[in-house]
Amino acid sequence: MMLKNKRLLSGNEAVIYGALLAGADAYYGYPITPASEIAHTAAVKFPELGRVFLQAESEIGAINMVMGAAAAGRRAMTASSGLGISLKQEAVSYLAGSELPCVIVDIMRGGPGLGNIAPEQADYNQVVKGGGHGSYRCIVLAPGSAQEMCDMTGKAFELAEKYAMPVYILTDAVIGQMIESVTLPEPLPNRELPDNALAIGKNRNNFFTSIYLEPDELEAHNIKLQKKYAVIQEREELSEDYLLEDAEFIYIAYGICGRLAKNAAEQLRKKGIKAGVLRPKTLFPFPKKRIAGLVGQAQKFISVELSCGQMIDDIKLAINCANPVELINRMGGNMLSVAEIVERTEKLL
Amino acid sequence: MKYEVVHGRSKGFFDSFNRRPGAIKTNMHYCPGCGHGILHKLIAEAIEDLQIKERTVFISPVGCSVFGYYYFDCFGISVPHGRAPAVGTGLIRSDENNIVISYQGDGDLGAIGLNEFLQTANRGENMAVFFVNNAIYGMTGGQMAPTTLPGQKTITSPLGRSVQSEGYPLKVAEMVAALDAPVYVERVALSSGRNIMKARAALRKALQNTIDKKGFSFVEFLTGCPVNLKKSASEINTFIDEQMSKYFVPGVYKDIAENRDPIRRPQPVFAPETVKQVLYGSYTQSAAVRDFSKLQPFFNKERRIKIAGSGGQGVLSLGYILANMGNLRNFNVSYLPMYGPEMRGGTANCSVVISKQEISSPMVDSNCNLLIVLNQQSFDKFLPELKTNGFVIYDSSNVTPHDLLPTQGAYHVNASELARDLGDLRYANLAILGAVSLLMDDYFLEEPDKSDFEAVVAEAIRSCFSGKEKLITPNINAFYLGKHKAQPN
Repeated sequence: MMLKNKRLLSGNEAVIYGALLAGADAYYGYPITPASEIAHTAAVKFPELGRVFLQAESEIGAINMVMGAAAAGRRAMTASSGLGISLKQEAVSYLAGSELPCVIVDIMRGGPGLGNIAPEQADYNQVVKGGGHGSYRCIVLAPGSAQEMCDMTGKAFELAEKYAMPVYILTDAVIGQMIESVTLPEPLPNRELPDNALAIGKNRNNFFTSIYLEPDELEAHNIKLQKKYAVIQEREELSEDYLLEDAEFIYIAYGICGRLAKNAAEQLRKKGIKAGVLRPKTLFPFPKKRIAGLVGQAQKFISVELSCGQMIDDIKLAINCANPVELINRMGGNMLSVAEIVERTEKLL
Repeated sequence: MKYEVVHGRSKGFFDSFNRRPGAIKTNMHYCPGCGHGILHKLIAEAIEDLQIKERTVFISPVGCSVFGYYYFDCFGISVPHGRAPAVGTGLIRSDENNIVISYQGDGDLGAIGLNEFLQTANRGENMAVFFVNNAIYGMTGGQMAPTTLPGQKTITSPLGRSVQSEGYPLKVAEMVAALDAPVYVERVALSSGRNIMKARAALRKALQNTIDKKGFSFVEFLTGCPVNLKKSASEINTFIDEQMSKYFVPGVYKDIAENRDPIRRPQPVFAPETVKQVLYGSYTQSAAVRDFSKLQPFFNKERRIKIAGSGGQGVLSLGYILANMGNLRNFNVSYLPMYGPEMRGGTANCSVVISKQEISSPMVDSNCNLLIVLNQQSFDKFLPELKTNGFVIYDSSNVTPHDLLPTQGAYHVNASELARDLGDLRYANLAILGAVSLLMDDYFLEEPDKSDFEAVVAEAIRSCFSGKEKLITPNINAFYLGKHKAQPN
């Protein structure tokens, strides 16, 4: 028998493969459609490598277990969908405040409330803008394929540790459930635990907290965090260009919408309309520089979203409203088709 | 002034409380007469005497003891209100040699965090939970606690706790003792010197259990809050011994550590070769991933396939097999089972895209190159999505074709009948794959790729049914039978 690094995996499965190859130590989670396959895969694969898998009593339990593992210097993760992410927000704020690294996956479904289990992208605001209490941000990666689900989970751990903060993988149920060919990366070698870990052999006076009773101290802490976020905005934005070189009508779309928009742009070009796609691969930091750089050539930006239009605000801010920004969207778990995007775009021209 | 320290502070505490803001670095922030000071001292002495400072994590809850990490000379973390046992779970699962102390008040443990606490106890996590029960909320300013006594007046029960409205005080020790997993449960009172010595022994027993990896140990400490209970230190002791202790009866509720084996956890494996063994796929030399011998122009373009039929006809697994086949011959593939109300109505459909290039939309909702339908409803619904030069393959047991364009090709096989003859309707999908193979032979493949296509079918079936070996041969047989019976229109 020989080993091959190319496998067919769903996006949700690929998350766990990417995590383990990146040296993830622990998965704590609570099942929820359409993210459950992440837990299912973790339940098999983490124990096969002697790593920790634990089904928590709730989303709240899971994210707090992640906090304990992160404090112990471990690479820990959890995954959920909108409703569960809402429950986790308290602890995410603590993680951000205590500067603890971890990875959280959100496979978005329809909302608000119980909503449904079909794909939406309506967690954008709660995930990208902070979600919990206080002035904090999380890095948010937006994979658009099973391959990126694998690769970005590895990258998420790297960024989480580099900046000592929670990192989200944010995508929709289509990307989570779709099965694609994935080329698996080489496993990362085991690493030393970080010096600030609450771990045997480290300085026993290590501690993590997010409470600063003195307003001056808490303000200084906030300023430190904001400086960190500014560095991240400066250094870490990622996006993919598609047919952008001479594009005048520019789709901005992430996750499944990014892929639909590519086909829509191709079809419009066949009709002589210069369309292109900018697909954000990071949502915080939002690819402001890249999008602002398109202002001169663009006639219109079009945000393609499976929500009421949440990312569109960030597009307007990125270009300082220099061009018109339109919205093509569906909600409630209804999918956009390529044909619908093309048709609605033609009406906007 | 020179003085000699005769009886100093325990070495379990820092010499100087430098984490405490402000000028005072030698005293704790607790009020005179507060039980936290006594309990902190007992804990500090114990972690020093038991020589566990280097591996102890003291979890500071929300409440007056939120600043526990000012004082203890060990690892520390402050956590969200009530979540200490969940955080402790993450700590202990990270390293079984950690000593985790979850220090919680009555609001933290008994109200907002009751679920995390009970679930952690029920899992039997190897940690010590020290529960400070003072019958009132301290830091927040004297509100009612889950353990406030019947009739007791607080700011939020100004007329006294009404059992009809707020229920009875929560008897946590009794509740925990009823669970199977915990090994040690005791309630003690921090009142008289004699009671404090009992508390000291209970606390050390809990920590010793943790050191021995025996599992979950719980000690409830009855104590008082002079400020919020509006009592002097001596009145507090009377309150504990004469009022609290009547309702919350001190004593050992459970002690079975001796009968329990130590908890052992597996060691994580990071050796790259082992990781690859577990995560990478494996294949036999003969079925290595490679291309078709002659890549026909047909394969230069993205091929978009829609498969639809009734539940039970194997629609989704046929899609998965096709995706596997593409993967085995080095194509990029996407496979998307479709959601939607029709799924619940007993029909199913899926999209498969096979391409040498990067695949954009994985959803086949127009421009379909190959439509595979196993029932009439699916034929009627999806035919409009078929390209003008596309092919449809249908199950002639169920489908009567109509409205096909002269430029559209069609193949059929009585897949469901064949499957029923073979003893299971679920073979229909493989029978219809036989028709796909015939179409490929007729239009798009030359030898040796015609035979190779059949080999890939077999390999994909083996891969999809791994673990259900009994199903492999009948499915391969169904494929060949379908191919034999299939015909172009």
